[in-house]
Amino acid sequence: MSILLSHISKNFGDFSALHNIDLEIPEGELVALLGPSGCGKTTLLRIIAGLEQADSGHIFLNGEDKTAHHVSERGIGFVFQHYALFRHMTVFDNVAFGLRVKKKEHRPNEAIIAKKVHALLELVQLDWLHDRFPDQLSGGQRQRIALARALAVEPSVLLLDEPFGALDASVRKDLRQWLRNLHNELNVTSIFVTHDQEEAMEVASQVVVLNKGHIQQQGSPADIYDYPANVFVSKFIGQTNEFHLHRHTSDWLKQTGLHIPQESDSIAHVRPHDIEIINALDGNSPIILKDWQHLGALIRVELTKKLHESEPKTLYAEMPNEQFKRLNLTRGDRVELKIRQAHWFNSL
Amino acid sequence: MSSISTNVHQSTLDDPKWLRWSLIAIALGFIILFLCVPLLLVIIQAFSKGVAAYFSALNQHDMLAAMRLTLLTALITVPLNTIFGVAAAWAITRFDFRGKDFLITLIDLPFSVSPVISGLIFVLMFGAQGWLGHWLMANDIKIIFAVPGIVLATLFITFPFVARQLIPFMQEMGSEEEEAALSLGASGWKMFFFITLPNIKWALLYGVLLCNARAMGEFGAVSVVSGHIRGLTNTLPLHVEVSYNEYDSVSAFAGASILAGLAIMTLILKTLLEWKQQSSRQSH
Repeated sequence: MSILLSHISKNFGDFSALHNIDLEIPEGELVALLGPSGCGKTTLLRIIAGLEQADSGHIFLNGEDKTAHHVSERGIGFVFQHYALFRHMTVFDNVAFGLRVKKKEHRPNEAIIAKKVHALLELVQLDWLHDRFPDQLSGGQRQRIALARALAVEPSVLLLDEPFGALDASVRKDLRQWLRNLHNELNVTSIFVTHDQEEAMEVASQVVVLNKGHIQQQGSPADIYDYPANVFVSKFIGQTNEFHLHRHTSDWLKQTGLHIPQESDSIAHVRPHDIEIINALDGNSPIILKDWQHLGALIRVELTKKLHESEPKTLYAEMPNEQFKRLNLTRGDRVELKIRQAHWFNSL
Repeated sequence: MSSISTNVHQSTLDDPKWLRWSLIAIALGFIILFLCVPLLLVIIQAFSKGVAAYFSALNQHDMLAAMRLTLLTALITVPLNTIFGVAAAWAITRFDFRGKDFLITLIDLPFSVSPVISGLIFVLMFGAQGWLGHWLMANDIKIIFAVPGIVLATLFITFPFVARQLIPFMQEMGSEEEEAALSLGASGWKMFFFITLPNIKWALLYGVLLCNARAMGEFGAVSVVSGHIRGLTNTLPLHVEVSYNEYDSVSAFAGASILAGLAIMTLILKTLLEWKQQSSRQSH
């Protein structure tokens, strides 16, 4: 089911949490709402769910205006950050809850409920835990039960608030993959909130970047990474080297082989993997190799740039292990750089 | 967790043996002197003229009337204050509104005002010389020196108990589970009965128990509004006082023994509920 938000604004006292948000999410997408803490992403999710009321604006689910509908009538499934499992009920009763509270004329009988609950527990691979209580489960298991519970009422939209936030790193990795696969299987339009750009890129089919109550950019992970709309998105979405274009920097950038397109653009962002390192032939290069760290298959190289009287600046480059070994460099060596490409922004 | 932290405290607070024993002795001595001995005396006095006298004292018309009135008062005030307490705790913990802090202070008012003053307020409002006195007399409604006054005074005195018990508990619980229930399609009532009530039940029962104990035992406020009419407006605590003043010691102590029994029962139930509450809280 498609989601359309139009002109959503929300204030908490003097603080403007969301400012005139317009957002369209086509059916079947798995969307990440990405942003730093306090950017309004959870508030937006809660407004879509109906757990919070927007000060102005409208929410359309599948073309139907649901702004005035109560949370219990929106047909959404909500997975809470801390799962909010009913602590006095077994796993089975938790998942069955949404079916049991249906109005009499829509309520299935207990046999059908049991069948459905077990099917859902099979889906999240936890049917063997059906008679346990929530406090007897691990974080990852609780997360999956919370998801099964939300899916029991066959929601048209699934909303997840920081779904991996409270889990260990290793469990988180597994669950990300699992959620992606589950979404492919069920194809329910889903939105999840996260502050982790890696998580958003890995799981989502669409990423919406939020900051200070404004949408910064919406697009596929590749779009966001390759064509960041502004300085904020570029910095938030991955590591980057920032250059403010003064005369000296500009001359030096030209020497690295970078094409400088327009005079009006005065900030350049260069991704670490777009910097190539070459052994310096003469001793005049302003770049000194300071240190390096192993990041698995890649090496991150820390460089210091000292141009004339300016402050020394630290740059980061990344390359495969093999390539770095071939360069045969040690700390303190002077190197030259080749910069393949940069993202250009206007300074504001 | 808790066992580790108490161990740490014990080693840092390791007082000499004589100090520990003398503190324990002082505490025990006080309890025996001011609680156990008086309780024992009440029972001895109640049975001082024999078991038969004790039971005939309990069977007196005035005594039975006092017990009935006490029960009636509790039967009216406890359910009303339970509803009020839940509603107030709900409003305070689940909604944001202006004057919330003021409401919390107001709920505590009966605790901070002397019960006699509380009783006097009702006399000033509904008494013959009070604000509404003339109108009430003209319409032949009796509140002061009658059962409605006793119920009103008790209602006022006991209304903080349930709310005070629930507010911190519900604050700690948070509202995520309730929101989850709503998002799964539950109506407000279903959410309350299936999610909220099971979670707060022990705290609620605890509050109801304390409320009931006070409703049955209240003396000060009720004394002011009751008028001490034997067999009509005497609750059990008032009846004990009246009997004692009339040198009917068997009757007074028999009544007192009933109240003491009630107190002991309350204590036992209270301990049980505390234990239940703790074990249900520890499980998550």
